Amino acid sequence: MRTKLRKWRTTFWLLSCMVLTMGFTSAYAGTPVRGGDLITGYGQFPSHFNHAIQSGAATAVPGCNIFASLVETNTKFEPVPYLAKSWEVSSDGLTYTFHLVENATFHDGKPITSEDVAFSFEIVKANHSFGPSMLGPVDRVETPDKYTAVFKLNNPHPALFMVLSPALLPILPKHVYGDGQPIRKHPANTNPVGSGPFKLAEFKPGDYFILERNPNFFRPGQPYLDRIIGRRIKDPNANFIAMKKGDFHLAMFNGGLRLKQIESLKKEKHIVVTSKGYEAIAPVYFLEFNLRKEMFKDVRVRQAIAYAIDRKFITEKLHSGFSKAATGPLHSSFPWYTDQVNTYALNLEKANQLLDEAGYPKKADGYRFSATIAWYPGEPDSMDTLAAYMKPQLKKVGIDVQLKPPADFVSWYKHVAGWQHDMTMSNIYSWGDPMIGVHRLYLCDNQKHVVWTNTSGYCNKELDAIMAKASVETDFAERKALYAQFQQILTEDLPLIWTHEAPYQTIYHKNLNNVITSVWGAASPADKMYWTDGKMP
Amino acid sequence: MKFFYSLIKKVSYSLLLLLAVIVLNFLLLHIAPGDPVETLVAEMGGATPELIAQLRSDYGLDKSFPHQLLNYILRMAKGDLGMSFTYDQPVVKLIMGRLAATMILVLTALMLAVFLGTILGIMAAQKPKSFFSGFVTLISLAGYSAPVFWTGIMLLILFSYLVPIFPSFGMYEVGSSGNMLSYFLDVLHHLVLPALTLASIYLAVYSRIARASMMDVLGSDYIRTARSKGLSERVVVYKHALKNAVLPVITMAGLQFSQLIAGAVVVETVFSWPGMGQMAFEAILRRDHTLLLGILFFSTLIVIVVNLLTDMSYRLLDPRIK
Repeated sequence: MRTKLRKWRTTFWLLSCMVLTMGFTSAYAGTPVRGGDLITGYGQFPSHFNHAIQSGAATAVPGCNIFASLVETNTKFEPVPYLAKSWEVSSDGLTYTFHLVENATFHDGKPITSEDVAFSFEIVKANHSFGPSMLGPVDRVETPDKYTAVFKLNNPHPALFMVLSPALLPILPKHVYGDGQPIRKHPANTNPVGSGPFKLAEFKPGDYFILERNPNFFRPGQPYLDRIIGRRIKDPNANFIAMKKGDFHLAMFNGGLRLKQIESLKKEKHIVVTSKGYEAIAPVYFLEFNLRKEMFKDVRVRQAIAYAIDRKFITEKLHSGFSKAATGPLHSSFPWYTDQVNTYALNLEKANQLLDEAGYPKKADGYRFSATIAWYPGEPDSMDTLAAYMKPQLKKVGIDVQLKPPADFVSWYKHVAGWQHDMTMSNIYSWGDPMIGVHRLYLCDNQKHVVWTNTSGYCNKELDAIMAKASVETDFAERKALYAQFQQILTEDLPLIWTHEAPYQTIYHKNLNNVITSVWGAASPADKMYWTDGKMP
Repeated sequence: MKFFYSLIKKVSYSLLLLLAVIVLNFLLLHIAPGDPVETLVAEMGGATPELIAQLRSDYGLDKSFPHQLLNYILRMAKGDLGMSFTYDQPVVKLIMGRLAATMILVLTALMLAVFLGTILGIMAAQKPKSFFSGFVTLISLAGYSAPVFWTGIMLLILFSYLVPIFPSFGMYEVGSSGNMLSYFLDVLHHLVLPALTLASIYLAVYSRIARASMMDVLGSDYIRTARSKGLSERVVVYKHALKNAVLPVITMAGLQFSQLIAGAVVVETVFSWPGMGQMAFEAILRRDHTLLLGILFFSTLIVIVVNLLTDMSYRLLDPRIK
């Protein structure tokens, strides 16, 4: 009894020591210290730094460090003050008044004013590829005084705060970009005068860029890192070796690495691997049907294929657990997501039965019909591997799949944008809100000869009405209910089969802190990121 | 006089060749599906048709093919290679930023291959049946038959990861301050693996040629005379035989220079070497006509100059050629 007690006591002491040291180290690591460089390898390298006119992660990731915005987004999809220290929203949801911090300056020393906010709004609305869907409801930005910007809306806009975040609405200096030169060819795109925590110090196109700490950043003491160095990596093996050796400290969007390589990096003591940081960008992968093709006009054929695909096999075996099965059009990290939908668990019997009912009996050769699958190049783990899986898997239900590997991106673009495909694998980034990044695939009038529009040729007036309602509904619960309907209808109609959510990981050195502070992950400013002890390892 | 006549002839041929290169490549790029705007759309994650139309007219891509070609040649005649669609910067500026990197890599690899290849070939030729000769054959065949990217990756794993003595990528440490000497040493340090990789293929060719031609020369009469004069073997081989034996190697080096530039595309990709090859590869994927044509123009120019230089070097080595 006594010895037992003593044992317990020892354990207790050991435990409390552990807790104490843990507490100590975390408190220690919790005090940000200045110093050190961050070196990261880029698979997709920016060609300039003005993400007001160019969407896409390649430009937004460095862009968010060069340009500040009105608000940031925390890890719960909520806006937090950034250039705007406070704001009011009118009760009808049509007027947003932002009060700017008064000590913020651009990198050239000029103050950041409401004029610049109004200017940036105009630029993004007219030039960004999501301009119409993001800022269509906003009529104008008024500037009653230097530090007050008033957004006047035509109708309520539930996603406005997401749009005002660093990734989507950077604040540009009007006195630089508004000098009359066409914005797309403006020399300041490659030589930016920014408003954010870092300034561009050096840029060699297609090779590297160096961002330097902005000593006059309006948040006192921040940023903590001295420099951020971005290097172009063409070959994933080089990035793998550099991460393994500790020469590179951070890889976002998998950094071009294959999942097998990430698995190996995960075993390294100095490396942390997390799937966090992609909640807002929310990439969803899918198999798209061309509904103009005879066999895919029948919903039973689409459902049969959904029953024939084993999502569990994809996420657990093909992606070694790095990805998550998708259940519908919305990413599971979105607050409006619901899993109360038909998830089409693997059922080959039912698939065969549905195909029989649809009038496609097995012929003498064992096949019902044949169809091609094309795919977006550049993501072998999510595309090539899956395509290779589809062929034998769909053979089980009598569909003869012809793989159509793309020669390069543009070849795939021509194929899908020309509506020539039978099926294609593809993906979309949802960009923070369904109305920004998701609706485009399903709107009846968005059937365009451009990829990532409604290339499947799907049209459902009822769904259109729901999307229209959700785009102006500002009550969260109401909106969530609308999107539940949205997900239920789409998972019955199945213009696409959503296979999985991106197996994206953020891979970084364990001494690096505050790597992910927002649902935007890497597409947000790194002003809070710091090295333990303020030193690069 | 005759020399100048032949030079003028050669230069005018070269100009015709350049024009053919431009027209052919312009044609090829137009046959390939897609245009630069579509790759831009990919990077942006989608765009509206209106934005796409606006971009096309901004870049002059809405004009007809002959119109675009004619425009390009006219501009080129004035010495203007145009703007890159991808980088929105003058093509000449972009290429100038990359030319040195490629030339350093290619010339180092060429010298390594020629020098080492010749030495190895000669040594093997002196004792054709020895173990060493067989070893040289084996090494050169292995280098010749292995794909360049494989050799590169293997060297990377060996000498950058397992035995970390060389950096894994790039041409220099970015952001380190230092004087010219430290920069030079830094580049040299980064250069070793890529140059070895690129040289490995050509090492095989040159050592085989040097070996064969040396054996041939060593059996000729004047060598027997030299030997019977009582000259030492070293003088016979390196003073009398080498000059004749090395001619085929030079011919080959000149002819293969263009292939060396092509091989650089792969090596630059594996090692993230910031050269023209890497940029050319990207320009093709992005259908960046102006940039690709600019790079091809410069590469053609380099190959032409090198061929002229090869011709000249014959004259120096072999006084019989006039």
